[in-house]
Amino acid sequence: MGYTITEKILMAHTDKKDIAPGEFISAKLDFCLGNDITAPIAIHEFKRIGATKVFDRKKIGLIPDHFTPAKDMKSANQAKILADFAEEYNIPNYFEIGKMGVEHALLPERAIVKPGELIIGADSHTCTYGALGAFSCGVGSTDLAAAFATGECWFRVPEQIKFIYKGKLSKWVTGKDLILYTIGEIGVDGALYKTMEFTGEVIRKLPMDDRLSMCNMAIEAGAKNGIIEPDEITRKYVKEAMKKYKPEISSFKEYQSDKDARYSQVIEYDVSKIEPIVSAPHLPSNARSVRKFKDVKVDQVVIGSCTNGRISDLRIAAKILKGKRIKPWVRLIVLPATQQVYLDAVKEGLAKIFIQAGGIFSTPSCGPCLGGHLGILGEGEVAIATTNRNFVGRMGHPKSEVYLSNPAVAAASAIKGKITSPEVVE
Amino acid sequence: MKCRGKAHKFGKDINTDEIIPARYLHTSDPEELAKYCMMDADPDFVKKVKPGDIIVADENFGCGSSREHAPISIKAVGVSCVIAKSFARIFYRNVINIGLPVIVSKEASNDIRQGANIEVDTIKGLITDLDTGKKYKTEPYPEFLQKMIQVGGLMNYVTEKLKRTQKVNIVKEKVPAKKKVLKKH
Repeated sequence: MGYTITEKILMAHTDKKDIAPGEFISAKLDFCLGNDITAPIAIHEFKRIGATKVFDRKKIGLIPDHFTPAKDMKSANQAKILADFAEEYNIPNYFEIGKMGVEHALLPERAIVKPGELIIGADSHTCTYGALGAFSCGVGSTDLAAAFATGECWFRVPEQIKFIYKGKLSKWVTGKDLILYTIGEIGVDGALYKTMEFTGEVIRKLPMDDRLSMCNMAIEAGAKNGIIEPDEITRKYVKEAMKKYKPEISSFKEYQSDKDARYSQVIEYDVSKIEPIVSAPHLPSNARSVRKFKDVKVDQVVIGSCTNGRISDLRIAAKILKGKRIKPWVRLIVLPATQQVYLDAVKEGLAKIFIQAGGIFSTPSCGPCLGGHLGILGEGEVAIATTNRNFVGRMGHPKSEVYLSNPAVAAASAIKGKITSPEVVE
Repeated sequence: MKCRGKAHKFGKDINTDEIIPARYLHTSDPEELAKYCMMDADPDFVKKVKPGDIIVADENFGCGSSREHAPISIKAVGVSCVIAKSFARIFYRNVINIGLPVIVSKEASNDIRQGANIEVDTIKGLITDLDTGKKYKTEPYPEFLQKMIQVGGLMNYVTEKLKRTQKVNIVKEKVPAKKKVLKKH
């Protein structure tokens, strides 16, 4: 009996010769990370046990991206805990404002996380790096504290679900739509504790940014990890990132699922009929075709986040917004996910398009996605966002509402002032 | 360990944003976080809950963000145990790691009424509805997790391991994060 890519990566990080779903293992980590919300608790716990050494200062990432640039004094104090710890332990992967980007966009971009690696992060969207063919998953702060000290983490080997995507993608349908559609089909706990392995002819042609969006939202179906086997698209993306940011590294490990690997479920989708998807409040699983939404007026449009704040996302939004004006009542907030995306967007003239359309173009931050800052919703307000969660109060007031979509739908909705298909404004 | 208190019922897919909204995440002080526990699921929960009370929820309790602030706020407000049909995986890790007892029981979650007097024996995995007298036997934790619970959570477990390579000495009483921050900055 063979193994899946997830099982192979987990096994390669233990001394075991065989592993099976349900088994508890302790595995060695290639990288672990925390942000300005989760790392302060981890650092506190690390110090509480009197630990004096980190397992490997180069394998720790500290990214103050949630409430930064510090939105208030308390947030500044939280972020400072990261800066002090990074200084104390000489941690190179600490990203101060100016270098900082949204963690799950930043680490793949800089080849800090790579195929074949085992990564944990005290942030639920750590599952993003599965797009590179890595095993990565979100954990809590105490897990991160233990990782700082030992370089290990405990896991229950997850059951494996294979999702096969067949057919041809329609125009304006992206990785974001595929994952929203999938969550709509299986529900917010449809993959609870399990792996979502994405494959099929559609995935093989899917650009890396779209793959990152898909794996990013595996957690919204309750999954432990999302993963895609590496291929030529992966190699090209990772090699370019290494060349630019990590010239000292020249190789990485690739794993593929065996033909006779065990899956608890195999689910096939024909994507040809899938249209751009919008998830209505208050669960990502409330996914329907954008055309089903008639007259949903929006007060705010957010384009950014670890799900859709990469350069290809901004290019799509700019294509829709070029030469147009948004409705006067709409607040359009565009947040490039990293400094590199920011620079590229300026260079390519995208920033100018957003500003001339009537929007704002702001510094990288998780910002409004989790109701932090840079665009909090008031009572009764409605937003459409390229983010990942539309829970009650997620972007602000408990009586506000968030709809989730891809960047094209978000941009089209800004122009019309209501939820709109990109076909309408094209 | 035995927990005893009144049941507070919640529905499906209660997420960590509802348990502790992000607007309160600029601190990690348990006492501060306790003030806003379950705020966006039930704004009056903090006023109603008494030490020892038990949360009884439907499926997928604790889904969403990995924020450990969620189980910390539940523990700090005095909730002694959470019963649910199922738990989201990061939340489940977090409760094991910080030592907040949780129990999976579909039947108990269906039967138990709001305000019922409940007793939970977390070691035996036994839930008793003291009002109806009905008992619910649940699956014990897997052996691996039982060991971690027995030693008092992940950091104690790790400390034992670390003692072999470096001088570590766990501080018995959890120092509130707030004090530490004030001292340092």
